[in-house]
Amino acid sequence: MTMFPTTSQTSPTRGYLLRCGNDEFIDLKRHRELGGHAALRKALAMTPDAVREQVKAANLRGRGGAGFPAGTKWGFLPKDNPKPRYLVINADEGEPGTFKDRYFLDHDPHALLEGVIITAWAIGAHQAYIYVRGEFFRPIERLESAIKELYDAGVIGKTVMGKPFDLDIVVHQGAGAYICGEESALLESIEGKPGRPRMKPPFPAVVGLFGCPTIINNVETMAGVRLILEHGADAFLAMGLPKDGGPKVFGLSGHVKRPGLYEGPMGLSLKKLIFEYGGGTIDDKPIKGVIPGGSSTAVLLPDQLDITMDFEGVKAAGSSLGTASVMVFTEGTCPVAVLLRIARFYAHESCGQCTPCRDGTGWLERIVESIEFGHGRPGDCDLLISAANQIMGNTICALGDAAAIPVISFVQQFRQDFEDHIRLGACPYGNKPEGH
Amino acid sequence: MNLAFSSDAERRLQELLGRYPNRQAAVIPALHLAVREFGYLSPEAMDLVARRLEVPQSLVLGTATFYTMLHKRPVGRYHIQVCMNVACYLKGSDNLANQLKDRLGIGFGEVTPDGMFSLEGVQCLAACGMAPVIQVNKDYHEDMTPAKVDALLDQLRSAPGGEK
Ligand SMILES: Cc1cc2nc3c(=O)[nH]c(=O)nc-3n(C[C@H](O)[C@H](O)[C@H](O)COP(=O)(O)O)c2cc1C
Ligand code: FES
Repeated sequence: MTMFPTTSQTSPTRGYLLRCGNDEFIDLKRHRELGGHAALRKALAMTPDAVREQVKAANLRGRGGAGFPAGTKWGFLPKDNPKPRYLVINADEGEPGTFKDRYFLDHDPHALLEGVIITAWAIGAHQAYIYVRGEFFRPIERLESAIKELYDAGVIGKTVMGKPFDLDIVVHQGAGAYICGEESALLESIEGKPGRPRMKPPFPAVVGLFGCPTIINNVETMAGVRLILEHGADAFLAMGLPKDGGPKVFGLSGHVKRPGLYEGPMGLSLKKLIFEYGGGTIDDKPIKGVIPGGSSTAVLLPDQLDITMDFEGVKAAGSSLGTASVMVFTEGTCPVAVLLRIARFYAHESCGQCTPCRDGTGWLERIVESIEFGHGRPGDCDLLISAANQIMGNTICALGDAAAIPVISFVQQFRQDFEDHIRLGACPYGNKPEGH
Repeated sequence: MNLAFSSDAERRLQELLGRYPNRQAAVIPALHLAVREFGYLSPEAMDLVARRLEVPQSLVLGTATFYTMLHKRPVGRYHIQVCMNVACYLKGSDNLANQLKDRLGIGFGEVTPDGMFSLEGVQCLAACGMAPVIQVNKDYHEDMTPAKVDALLDQLRSAPGGEK
């Protein structure tokens, strides 16, 4: 069973993105009852240029983590390239802490698919690939059933709702490699190769899948495109912030009373998310730290939580919105143990292509592990920060930074815990270290 | 030994080939298919995929070895994966992992002698709001507790014909 406590009663944007909860599934019939395909109809009545302009005006920032404006990205497609264009949807959902895109695949694939069809029309793509994380067997079955409904109903295929524009949508199942969430590694993976990120430039919009111009967007970004067309750019902006439009799905996990997915405006108060929607912490314990946007984002201390959850708001606090996947841990949790899980992850998932990342992530893991296991040495904190700094900015893709940022932030924010660990040769919280 | 796909899998393979502009793009889907057919990717299975797709063996090998879900060794009838990442760790996944190791008598990366269970510690399964999470074959089991783990093992033991 999947549990998605849907939006809190007080959420002003309830139901735009999270349209169902718990064990519901929105099939094509239900999608239409909810006004589905109205957005698509509007888009098809417009020129592709006009659709792109509207998305641009709505300031929809990409929901895959980097927050790049979708309309701007679409504008990078070359105008005079005779090759076919591809649309690729990133449903790899690998950043630890993140569990939002699975909701769309598993419960509301038509919200995603309608955005895909609109986007394909807007950018002139006749083939869309949806790259879904390999472990998502059941969500893939549901997504494929929804795609079949669209073919059967004549919505896609040789024409799109009767319009002479052919579109095929294909699901490509990943096979267990976090790096394939990085857009150029994802393209390599669809091409049948190991997922090793490409050097950029050229960017995928110019040379992407099979050497053709390609737009890659996240699942939730597609759901946003649908809302822009349905409600208009101004209304979409009003659902969020002037420079960062729309509603947003927020993930909440860790030591909170009601973990789950919540919908709110872009710019939702982090405290409101944790204490109102999430019901506060388990046993009302004081918070020790909050990771605001997935495991690659810098950890925040309790006195840094008065922020808004949008790209600029979290940046102002020295971290990033990332995937807006908030992980909360309370007093009594050892930050060394938490960081070890993160460091292990990035060391395991480095594709091994560039030396600073391949060797550096291994070093970070081993140093944190030795501290956790009571073999830390004086100077290890500085060593960690310097090793992390040598990875930052020196790698082909952003996995290196993703590994370095949490290390630097954990050591800086919880330096005393790390030093105590090293000095005592054991966990100050009495944790027994776990092997893997 | 000359391995071959079942006629069902052959049909599926042809369908897959129609989805991409070239045959190489069908490598990962075809390897998934081979894992489903043969349980894991033996050298013969990888060779079969290379032959059927008419792509170099080295390419298939390079891709197969890059991805963790493309098993290169046999796994149990029930492949149990325990998420060990942050959100699950905060909700007690270490205890569940130890409980599973104790009850099955195997460690991570091992298979029980009867071939029934294999155990693996894995990274975030993208279900963190429902932590701790365990995946058994295709299915997620969320909000797990020691009691639920016990019940799950008992249920799997008594239903050996379960779907792979
Ligand atoms: C190591 C790494 C992993 C990533 N994983 C994902 C992912 O799982 N899902 C995703 O949508 N974007 C992921 N991204 C971001 C993508 O590269 C890309 O920016 C995004 O899919 C673009 O979509 P958007 O503009 O709609 O956000 C990852 C990036 C890096 C560097
Ligand atoms: S940390 Fe276990 S599912 Fe995300």
